Amino acid sequence: MPALLEVDQLKIDARKDDGSLVPIVKGVSFSVESGEVVALIGESGSGKTTIALSALGYIKPGFEFTGGEVRLTGQDVIAMTPAQKRQFRGQRVAYLAQSAAATFNPAFTIGAQVTESAVLHGQMSQEAASQRAESLYRALELPDPERLGSRYPHQVSGGQLQRLMAAMALCGRPELLVLDEPTTALDVTTQIEVLKAFKALIRQEGSAAIYVTHDLSVVAQIADHIVVLYAGEIQEYGTAEQVINRPGHDYTRRLIAAVRPPPAAGQGDDLSREHQRDVPALMVKNITAGYGKRSRGTPEVKVLRDVNVSIERGQTVGVIGESGCGKSTLARVMSGLLPASEGDVLLDGESLQPDLRKRSRVELQKMQFVFQMADTALNPRQRIDHILGRPLEFYLGLKGKEKRQRVDELLHIVELPQEFAARYPEELSGGQKQRVNLARALAASPEVLLCDEIISALDSIVGANVIELLKRLRKQTGVSFVFISHDLSTVASFADEIVVLYAGRVVEQGRTDRVLSPPYHPYTRLLIASVPKLRVGWLEETMETQEAKAGIDRVVKLTETGCPFFNRCPLKIEGTCDREFPPVRNLGEGHTIACHRSEDELKC
Amino acid sequence: MLVRDDKTGATTPFEELPDAPPRRRLKLSWSGKLGTCVVAFWMAIIFIGPTIAPYHEADILDEALFIEPGSNQLYPETDFQGPSMVAYLGTDFIGRDTLSRTLWGARTTIGISLVATVLAYLVGMTLGIAAAVGRGILDMTLSRVNDALLSIPSIMLGLVVIAAIGSTIPILIVLTGLIYAASVFRIARALGQDVMVSDFVEAARVRGEGLWWIITREILPNVATPLATDFGLRFVYVILFISSLSFLGLGVQPPMAEWGSMVKENLAGLPYGSIAPLVPALAIATLTISINLIVDDISAHSGGNLAKRMI
Repeated sequence: MPALLEVDQLKIDARKDDGSLVPIVKGVSFSVESGEVVALIGESGSGKTTIALSALGYIKPGFEFTGGEVRLTGQDVIAMTPAQKRQFRGQRVAYLAQSAAATFNPAFTIGAQVTESAVLHGQMSQEAASQRAESLYRALELPDPERLGSRYPHQVSGGQLQRLMAAMALCGRPELLVLDEPTTALDVTTQIEVLKAFKALIRQEGSAAIYVTHDLSVVAQIADHIVVLYAGEIQEYGTAEQVINRPGHDYTRRLIAAVRPPPAAGQGDDLSREHQRDVPALMVKNITAGYGKRSRGTPEVKVLRDVNVSIERGQTVGVIGESGCGKSTLARVMSGLLPASEGDVLLDGESLQPDLRKRSRVELQKMQFVFQMADTALNPRQRIDHILGRPLEFYLGLKGKEKRQRVDELLHIVELPQEFAARYPEELSGGQKQRVNLARALAASPEVLLCDEIISALDSIVGANVIELLKRLRKQTGVSFVFISHDLSTVASFADEIVVLYAGRVVEQGRTDRVLSPPYHPYTRLLIASVPKLRVGWLEETMETQEAKAGIDRVVKLTETGCPFFNRCPLKIEGTCDREFPPVRNLGEGHTIACHRSEDELKC
Repeated sequence: MLVRDDKTGATTPFEELPDAPPRRRLKLSWSGKLGTCVVAFWMAIIFIGPTIAPYHEADILDEALFIEPGSNQLYPETDFQGPSMVAYLGTDFIGRDTLSRTLWGARTTIGISLVATVLAYLVGMTLGIAAAVGRGILDMTLSRVNDALLSIPSIMLGLVVIAAIGSTIPILIVLTGLIYAASVFRIARALGQDVMVSDFVEAARVRGEGLWWIITREILPNVATPLATDFGLRFVYVILFISSLSFLGLGVQPPMAEWGSMVKENLAGLPYGSIAPLVPALAIATLTISINLIVDDISAHSGGNLAKRMI
């Protein structure tokens, strides 16, 4: 009896413009048994998605199958005619893309889209398919399964949409699921919710799955077997338990080393006193800001409420929270891109104009913004030397030879070869672009760097390298960092201080080790508990904790009264927490928690 | 449990990722190459057309040319003559050489269209980008005026204006330029708005750059390719528009040769099997189709996004 899917010496090449072939996948073999989850793990460019797509007999334009076979129950899918491929795709093998938001058509109801493939293939009647969809909604623990099908994609949350995508794929009872990084773009709390639902459903349906990801911790939770890929070749192939606990290959060990340690007490760097002065490098006082029309100075949608943060010279303040909590807005307020409606931004103890257009060039120079997506933050029509040269010219008045020299130095600082000066951004890889992005901010010789999720879009090894680079820069230059991320592990490994934002309010702030050790704010506890650990079986344990039960799979509510975290809090006090705004408890050394519960109650 | 070595301080050597693909250069497909050849041919004709043309565009061929000297043949009708050694592509409705008129007409047709398109671009792009960058009242005013202009059918607008102030070549150019500036405005504004919200423009704003820098260094280079593609298409529309006006008798005035008016003048010849209306029609067709073939290649090069943004 052959395995469900056998990939046998698969070779895939890309055809270049001049007609020559570049090998992308170099003879990869593995197999997937029924009911088994096989994870393909590797960095971008390792060929993992290309291999996964070949299970559907699909190949990206410009790529060619040049050898080997992909057999689904003994039948070679590569050799099939387009008509045969159409028949088995969606029916026997289903594909789940990374972004649910992009997969669902906003113009059709969820039900119509979930059942479409099964009905189209003539597997079931519309009625049977709708029933099947409803049972899947139940299995995925989606709210209101009876009426969910008649709603539209924008009416459900991101995590729910991600789970609905699984329902879409599973509706036609496929034998094999191909999941392409389905949780990569999600918040940690949403990620667990989706992972848990996927895992339960795959078990229940008995379908096999290929899980493509670059995140080892996620793989540890869901996979039976792991295939570690690098540059189109298998580096290691074994059971999840074996690959994670006893990695046999160097590359696997490097991947594991790049997984940032789970946040725990005792982390965070020591304050480097040498750069310190009396006045904080940057301080925001009682900031309230938001978007939309302003009536009497207050914006329609308040994103930040009464936020106070101070960044000492040479220090790093990590700002953490789920998407929509106002992290990026805080950085935009600091930089002046979004003028605050109330409150003050102080640079070196001096108050800045809220609008950046009214700030002086020197003030602008001292604070630099590093954008999240290096792909879009670098002008595709400018060469790297122009991108880096402009701030030198603009702020420091450097010209000609001096400028060129400084550009070379900057490239050196971010560990890029000097030849890159003559390249365009599209000729660089993601990590290289992020380095240029960083170098551009450094070119201004700033005192404060605002880093907005700068490593979120990078692979783990590349991200770890960028973090190392940031640490070195901090030591060498004494620059202060505001480091915004939704990834607590990253922040914990880098920041001296942590600010936890929830629904635009600071719920906890203080030195990193203080924030990461009890007493916690219940939300901080939830965040810490949600960071996946590189351990088989972690997911099940976590789902049993009270934080997870109370806080996962709930959406953030912006409230005018009471504690914003009320509806997700395991320690809530009915009648108090929903009515009164929580008091800010000072626990010493600048560690504050905004909660109605006392210090002792929060400790346990 | 895993043992992890303490990495603080030690910098990991930079991971050499596979090199990103080199910048793609525009490569023409065979259809694009064909298009380029045809366009190059017509461009050459603009300059040398009148020189190589056997006759002047206004010359009415003498009847004597069509009979062998000394023979006692009757003088024939010279209009709508078929191709012969005297007139290689036959004659038109009053006996002028079709080939010569087509060669002369290239200069008028393409010249007027090109100047009008450039004018449309100067006006439309300036205002469009200004609207995208300025936003607020400026954008509102310009866009509404533009909408009003677009809502009037261009041929009707042309007819009315020409009927009111007469038809000379400068009037024709300015009129066409302004009519087409309206559609250029919309595209330039949409493209400008797209680029305006991108992170690199935001980065320039955080840096404190002025409006002029943002427009000329950040926005224009990024809208240049789609606008160049659009320039090709717009040029084709302008040729057709001017030809249509001439066809209605309101464009270029006789005896000047212009392809559109040549088709119109000679339409009566079709029932006699004359090719006189077909030659200029073919000239318009080859030029416009060829430009489109090149445009297709450019837009394929810039990827699918371009096609979407053009709509």
